[in-house]
Amino acid sequence: MAEYQTHAYDVLVIGAGGSGLRTAIEASAAGARVGVITKSLLGKAHTVMAEGGVAAALGNVDERDNWRVHFSDTMRGGQYINNWRMAELHAKEAPDRVRELEAWGAVFDRTKEGRILQRNFGGHRYPRLAHVGDRTGLEMIRTLQDHGIHQGMEVHMECTVLTLLMDGGRVAGAFGYDRERGHFLLFPAKAVVLATGGIGRAYRITSNSWEYTGDGHALAYHAGATLMDMEFVQFHPTGMVWPPSVQGILVTEGVRGEGGVLRNSHGRRFMFDDIPENYRNQTADNPEEGWRYTQGDKNARRPPELLTRDHVARCIVREIKEGRGSPHGGVYLDISWIKEKLPNSEEHIKRKLPSMYHQFKQLADIDITKEPMEIGPTTHYMMGGVRVDAETQMSSVPGLFAAGECAAGLHGANRLGGNSLSDLLVFGKRAGQYAACFAKENGDIAVDSVQVERAAREALLPFERGQKAGAEGAYQIQHDLQSMMQDLVGIVRKESEMKQALEGIQKLRERASRAGVNGNREFNNGWHTAMDLPNLLSVSEAITRAALEREESRGAHFRDDWPEKNPEYGKFNILVRQGRDGGMQITREPLAEMPHELKQVIEEMK
Amino acid sequence: MATATFRIWRGNDRGGKFQDYTTEVSEGMVVLDAVLKVQAEQANDMAVRWNCKAGKCGSCSSEINGNPKLMCMTRLSTLDLTQAVTVEPMRTFPLIKDLATDVSWNFHVKKTIRKFAPRKPDFSDGSWRMGQKDVNRIQEFRKCIECFLCQDVCHVLREHKKFDQFIGPRFFVHTAALEMHPLDTDTRTEDLKDKHNVGYCNITTCCRKVCPEEITITENAIIPLKERVVDEYYDPLRKLVMKIIGAK
Ligand SMILES: Cc1cc2nc3c(=O)[nH]c(=O)nc-3n(C[C@H](O)[C@H](O)[C@H](O)COP(=O)(O)OP(=O)(O)OC[C@H]3O[C@@H](n4cnc5c(N)ncnc54)[C@H](O)[C@@H]3O)c2cc1C
Ligand code: SF4
Ligand code: SF4
Ligand code: FES
Repeated sequence: MAEYQTHAYDVLVIGAGGSGLRTAIEASAAGARVGVITKSLLGKAHTVMAEGGVAAALGNVDERDNWRVHFSDTMRGGQYINNWRMAELHAKEAPDRVRELEAWGAVFDRTKEGRILQRNFGGHRYPRLAHVGDRTGLEMIRTLQDHGIHQGMEVHMECTVLTLLMDGGRVAGAFGYDRERGHFLLFPAKAVVLATGGIGRAYRITSNSWEYTGDGHALAYHAGATLMDMEFVQFHPTGMVWPPSVQGILVTEGVRGEGGVLRNSHGRRFMFDDIPENYRNQTADNPEEGWRYTQGDKNARRPPELLTRDHVARCIVREIKEGRGSPHGGVYLDISWIKEKLPNSEEHIKRKLPSMYHQFKQLADIDITKEPMEIGPTTHYMMGGVRVDAETQMSSVPGLFAAGECAAGLHGANRLGGNSLSDLLVFGKRAGQYAACFAKENGDIAVDSVQVERAAREALLPFERGQKAGAEGAYQIQHDLQSMMQDLVGIVRKESEMKQALEGIQKLRERASRAGVNGNREFNNGWHTAMDLPNLLSVSEAITRAALEREESRGAHFRDDWPEKNPEYGKFNILVRQGRDGGMQITREPLAEMPHELKQVIEEMK
Repeated sequence: MATATFRIWRGNDRGGKFQDYTTEVSEGMVVLDAVLKVQAEQANDMAVRWNCKAGKCGSCSSEINGNPKLMCMTRLSTLDLTQAVTVEPMRTFPLIKDLATDVSWNFHVKKTIRKFAPRKPDFSDGSWRMGQKDVNRIQEFRKCIECFLCQDVCHVLREHKKFDQFIGPRFFVHTAALEMHPLDTDTRTEDLKDKHNVGYCNITTCCRKVCPEEITITENAIIPLKERVVDEYYDPLRKLVMKIIGAK
């Protein structure tokens, strides 16, 4: 084997977002030698962009809140195909994880009594999201980063993992490259934690950055791990639609939590027109009650704008399709109307939603304290991911763990806002703890030079092809994939279109295998994009195949040809794994039986 | 469709030059959109950093027509497109390639600042009570997105290259956030004076003027830190009192 720069660890964490950093902190605390790899600079991962808040039943604003309510909200939001044990652990442990951040220096907004302030969010019964204005993710990632760097972990910034290494059935580390200089890097490790985030770059309109190419999903899949719930892609109801260059950028749900309303071109609050049966008891039936709810009236029910994201997104699509949309193909989101209610509304909005104010002012010339925003759905979050054990976060491959957005189970068919940041903390900690434990209990691994050499050879092929005639750049292929997924496997799906998408993926795969790059290996974004392509294609195929298999509509997955929910389909998750022939295999896995006590909790909260 | 020309720095630590790229532009575009369009269509191997496209991550710092700015928050409508728009990397840091500079020095500096050390929790669940008015001040500092544009303009770093003696405005903001944290028990004034040399700053306010988060770096962070150093080390009366009572 050629000589590669080598860094050996007990626990290798791939990803430096909230989940990766929380994992690394825990594993370091357990005495493991920890390495962290990130494609961007430290502190720039997606977590930094989270706005609205982190969900935890602290009960600081409404003392009726507790883990049981949070648990049942999460299950209801996920349409009951969540891993109930993960939902239980999450609801129980989130408050401690949030308080712990304060011990590490985080400064959340405060209640009058000086406790952590909590705000309303879609699908959460009580005000539950601890937050800092609308920059909660920044607070969280900076806190973890600043705490973590003093814990002894080594961080490899701007490095990308290309493949996981195996030693027999067990994971043995990873192989990748340094983006800045283009050198290959070898990371032997006794345990590996995937914390790579989501897949949003598979779609054209997305709130996600270039990083979200589903690397962790694809790495796990090729290492033999099982993926789950891949049909559930969350389209956030409110992304910017104009100007074109900002299409997809997120507008936080916090706008609606603070009293913002949705209107169509006729000025109608259309969300009142369609309130799903299982939320009717909890939803206001008139605007006045809705407003009172957002202002903290404990006897009021939430406005329909704060129904779950899947439902709100579909109502918006309906308004647009039926010709009641805004000029640039969205609908209106209006927070400025609260001037009718609050004397100092302008100041209030700027204080509660500073970065939204800033974002619209600078990017769209809109003053949100004075006029409505135009918004439409945007690809936002991946519920599906690596199937893991609820307690330990280990995948079906020994020594391979996953945490955060790239793991599946907690959110079921639809994630509630705020439940991701808490997911990162709760399961990041668990992954770190158990990965360190696994490394301690299991002996050394051996690196297989054949696997390494193969990966190195494949990574350099685009340069060889770059010189040949007919080689195509990676950007165009990625762009075509995004458009196709947006059109054929988007918010509203049907069989014929998804079959077309499968054929399209096959063709794109052929094109990708001919993709060439020019220039050299130094910080070459074209090369990087070429190497992300196979991951995006694997993930797109998994989404499409799982979505074809689910012949019903549930949560974020909506089928035009099967518009109803089918109770039979509520009894299993869909699994994706690589078959012996190398092809993608889809199976149905029955849900584990929920213990009686948890069933009772759900019953009580109905 | 309208077009505009972007004069982008291409090169690495061994040398480089400006190269002109003409591309289509449309309403609402920001500089980052144009640069990424050039990258996708004309210069696949160009090095550009970005993540959020919304001024939240601090990745896309550069110098646009000579002004330190975030590319993603600079609308083309604010620039004169009848002339080529120059886009270059931050000049204070070593160049890696094209628009990407080596900012790793900043990450090393942070490690040299004494970390947060809270007092014992007020309650058995590990929590504290802090009023909103007590945290407003440091919440301003904690808005920092680590774009390092303030470091880029500071003459102590840019012209005088005091990288091994001076931590720069970003890290004075960071230190201020720790020093003024209502729960923190540690002190960083000695380091500020001897190791991090807050004294080198002569309050030119260049850093404050470029901060995309509009943090009042000089007035709210640096000046109060300088005052702390003065109070602790140069105030003769205080010095005497400290000596008598035997404090540090
Ligand atoms: C605009 C926006 C707003 C949001 N607001 C909220 C909110 O208010 N509340 C909430 O709960 N959730 C919110 N979310 C969702 C939440 O922010 C994300 O789900 C969460 O931050 C994901 O964290 P993570 O640690 O799993 O991954 P990330 O933070 O995305 O980190 C992934 C890491 O993996 C690295 N990586 C990926 N692939 C590789 C590879 N091949 N090699 C090496 N490293 C790799 C990346 O570089 C990165 O460091 C929001 C998301 C967005 C986009
Ligand atoms: S005010 Fe001080 S820190 Fe800021 S740029 Fe001027 S010299 Fe540097
Ligand atoms: S203080 Fe302002 S300019 Fe400096 S790094 Fe932070 S956000 Fe950027
Ligand atoms: S891309 Fe995040 S600040 Fe510009």
